[in-house]
Amino acid sequence: MFSFKKRAALIGVLALGMVATVQAANEQYFPLQSYRVGPYAAGGTGFFGGFIDYLQYVNLKEGGVNGVKFTWSECETEYVVEKGVECYERLKKGLNGAPAAATNPLSVGIAYATLERSAADKLPLITINHGRTDSTDGSVFPYVFPLQLNPYSEVSAIINYIGQQAGGLDKIKGKKIVTLYHGSPYGKETNPILELLAKKYGFELTLLEVPHPGNEQQSQWLNIRRIKPDWVILRGWGVMNPVALKTAQKTGFPADHIIGNIWSNSEEDAAPAGAAAKGFISITTHPSGTNFPVLQDIGNTVIKAGKGNLKDSKRFGTVYYNLGVVNGILNVEAVRVAQAKFGKRPLTGEEVRWGFENIRLDDVRLKQLGAYGLVQPLKLSCSDHEGGGAVRFQQWDGKKWQVVSDWVQADRKLLRPIIEESSHQYAKEKGITPRDCAKES
Amino acid sequence: MDFFLEVLTGGLLAGVMYSLVAIGFVLIYKASGVFNFAQGAMVLFAALTFVSLWEHGIPFWGAFVMTLLSMLALAWGVERVVLRPLVNRPPITLFMATLGLSYVIEGLAQLLWGSQVHGLELGISDEPLEVGGMLVSQFDLFAAGVAGVLVLILSLLFNKTRIGITLRAVADDQLAALAVGIRLERIWMIVWAVAGFVGLVAGLLWGARLGVQFSLSLVVLKALPVLIIGGFTSVGGAIVGGLIIGASEKLAEIYLGPLIGGGIENWFPYVLALLFLLVRPSGIFGERAIERV
Repeated sequence: MFSFKKRAALIGVLALGMVATVQAANEQYFPLQSYRVGPYAAGGTGFFGGFIDYLQYVNLKEGGVNGVKFTWSECETEYVVEKGVECYERLKKGLNGAPAAATNPLSVGIAYATLERSAADKLPLITINHGRTDSTDGSVFPYVFPLQLNPYSEVSAIINYIGQQAGGLDKIKGKKIVTLYHGSPYGKETNPILELLAKKYGFELTLLEVPHPGNEQQSQWLNIRRIKPDWVILRGWGVMNPVALKTAQKTGFPADHIIGNIWSNSEEDAAPAGAAAKGFISITTHPSGTNFPVLQDIGNTVIKAGKGNLKDSKRFGTVYYNLGVVNGILNVEAVRVAQAKFGKRPLTGEEVRWGFENIRLDDVRLKQLGAYGLVQPLKLSCSDHEGGGAVRFQQWDGKKWQVVSDWVQADRKLLRPIIEESSHQYAKEKGITPRDCAKES
Repeated sequence: MDFFLEVLTGGLLAGVMYSLVAIGFVLIYKASGVFNFAQGAMVLFAALTFVSLWEHGIPFWGAFVMTLLSMLALAWGVERVVLRPLVNRPPITLFMATLGLSYVIEGLAQLLWGSQVHGLELGISDEPLEVGGMLVSQFDLFAAGVAGVLVLILSLLFNKTRIGITLRAVADDQLAALAVGIRLERIWMIVWAVAGFVGLVAGLLWGARLGVQFSLSLVVLKALPVLIIGGFTSVGGAIVGGLIIGASEKLAEIYLGPLIGGGIENWFPYVLALLFLLVRPSGIFGERAIERV
C-alpha cells in the first residue's frame, strides 16, 4: 500500500499532468521547418525570427486568439529538401496534443517535396511570395497557398513598373530588357511569362543564365554591356545578388536600371555590394523599417522585454524579419477567421485551410492589425490562393531601402488562363478532380 | 575584336582570383600529399573572423593579426586532433578527414560569428579603368598584384629556405623524413598555418567581391579544375591553371554558350580539366609520380 505522502505526491503528479494536458488542449501549434545554419541561414534567421516574434506578440498581448495560445517548435532543415521532409513528418502530428495549423518552410524545394503530403494530411502549406505558380488555383491545390505574390505576378508587376517609368506600356515597344536569372528551376520559372509579355508589348528580351551559386558573372555582364539594355531584371538568390551588383559596376552598368525580384530585395542582397548597390531598385510586398504600429508594438512587447527571437536585435525591421511578421499576421488571421466559423478552440489543418481561403484584409482590417502599408489588401478564396499580386518598388540608398512607388498590380487577368492551364494539366496527371469553387462557402 | 580582348582580359583577371584559392590547396598537398578539402571552409573561417573583429571596432591590421593568430590556433588544433593520429595512413583516409573537417570548420565559424551576411570594403575601388577602349577592373588588377607577391614569397619559401626543403622531404616520403629526424608535426603545423594565411588573403579578396557569407566556402569548386590543369604541386602551376580556366570559361560562355543554351561556365572548366587528365594527368607543372611496379 502507498503511504499518505506517496499518495499525495502521486495525486499531485497526476493533477499537474492534467493541467499540462488541459493547457496543451487549448493551444494551436505551428511546426517550423526553419534553417539557422548553412548557406541560406541569413534569410532563415530573419524570417523565422519575425514569424516567431509575431506569435509571441499575440500570446503576450492578447493571450492568443480567443484564449487559444500559440505554441511552436523548430526543426533545422539547413534548407536541405530531405531534412525538410523529415521535419515535416516529425512535426505534422502536433505538439503535446496541440494540433498543427499549417507548415511554412520558406523553401521552394521543401514546398515541392511536401506538396502532395500536405494535401494527403490536410495540412495547409504556406509559400508566401514564392512556390509553385499554378498552386494559386485552389480548386486543384486546396492546401497550398502562395500568399500575396506568385512568380508570374512578380514579373508582370515588374514589366508594368517599367511601363510606368516609360510613360505607358505602349512606350516600351522596342526597349531592350535583359533578365539575369539564377540557373535553377526557380530562376527559370518565369522565363515563359517574360517571353509572352515581350511578345505582347514588343520589347526585346534577352535571357541570360547565371550558373549556381553565381559567384562569378563577368561574362554575363560583358554580354549585357554589349547588348546595352534599358533595364536588367535580376532574378537572383543568395550570393548571386551582391555579385551581380558588383560586376555591373565593374562593367559600367548603372545600378538604378537593375530591378531585383522578390529574392533579390533584402539588406543581405544589397549591403555586401557596398557602393555598387547604391540606386539599385527591387520589388517588395512589404516595406522594411519599424514605422508601423504592429512593429512598434512588437518592439515594446517582445523585443524590449528580452523575449525576441533575433540573436542580433539590429535586424529588427529588416526585409526578411518583416516578411516573417507579415507571414505571422496572415497565419494568425487565418486561425482567427476559422475560429469564427468552427469555434474558439484549437483547430485542425482542414479548418485552418478554410480560414486561409476566407481571409479578407481590407484597409480597415489592416489598420486594426496595425499593418496598414505593411501588408497589401488581400482577398483569398477557393479559386484564388494568392490574393494580392501587387508589389511596391524600393531603392537602396547606400544604407537602407526607401520605398519609391505605390502598389503596382500584376496583370492577373492575363496570367489566370496560363495558371489554370497548368493546374488542370497537373490535375489530369495526378487524377485530381478539381473542387467546384461555386459550391464552397 | 575589342570585345574578344575585353572578355579575354576579364577572364584572365578572374582566373587570378581562382588561383588565390588554389594556392592554399597546393601548399598542403605539396607538404603532406593531402588534398585538403577544408581549404574553402578555412577561407570562410578566416574572412568571417576578420570581418567580425573589424566590425567590433578593432582596427584593420589588428583584426588581420588576430585572425592570423586564430588561423595558427586552427592549424595547431588540426595537427593535434586530426593529422597526428593519422600519420602514415593512406591518402584517402586523410582526404576523408579533411572532408569532415570542412563541415566542422563551417559550423564552428557560424557558431562563433553567426550566419549574417557582411559587407567588406577594403578601400580598393571597383570602378572600371578604360584601357584602349576596354574596361578593366581596378580591384582585379590589385588582386593580380597580390597573387603575384604571394607566388614570389611562397616560391622563395619552398626553394630557398631550410623549411622549404624540409617540406619537400616530408611530401616525398613521410617515413623517410621521420627516419632522418624531421619533426613531422612541426612541419604540418607550419604548412597548415601558411595555408591559413593564404586562406585569409583569399578570403579578404573574395569577401570584398561576394560579401562575407557562407558561399565563400564554395569558391573551392572553382579551384579544382585549376589544380588539375596546373598540377597539385606547383604554386606557379596554380597561377597558370587559373589563367587558363578563367579565360576559357569566359570565352566559352560568350561564344559557345548561346549555341548550347547558356550557363555553361560552371561545367566547362571541368570538361577542360578532364581533357587535360587524359593527356597530362599530373597537370602542366605537376610532378610526375615515379613508382616501382
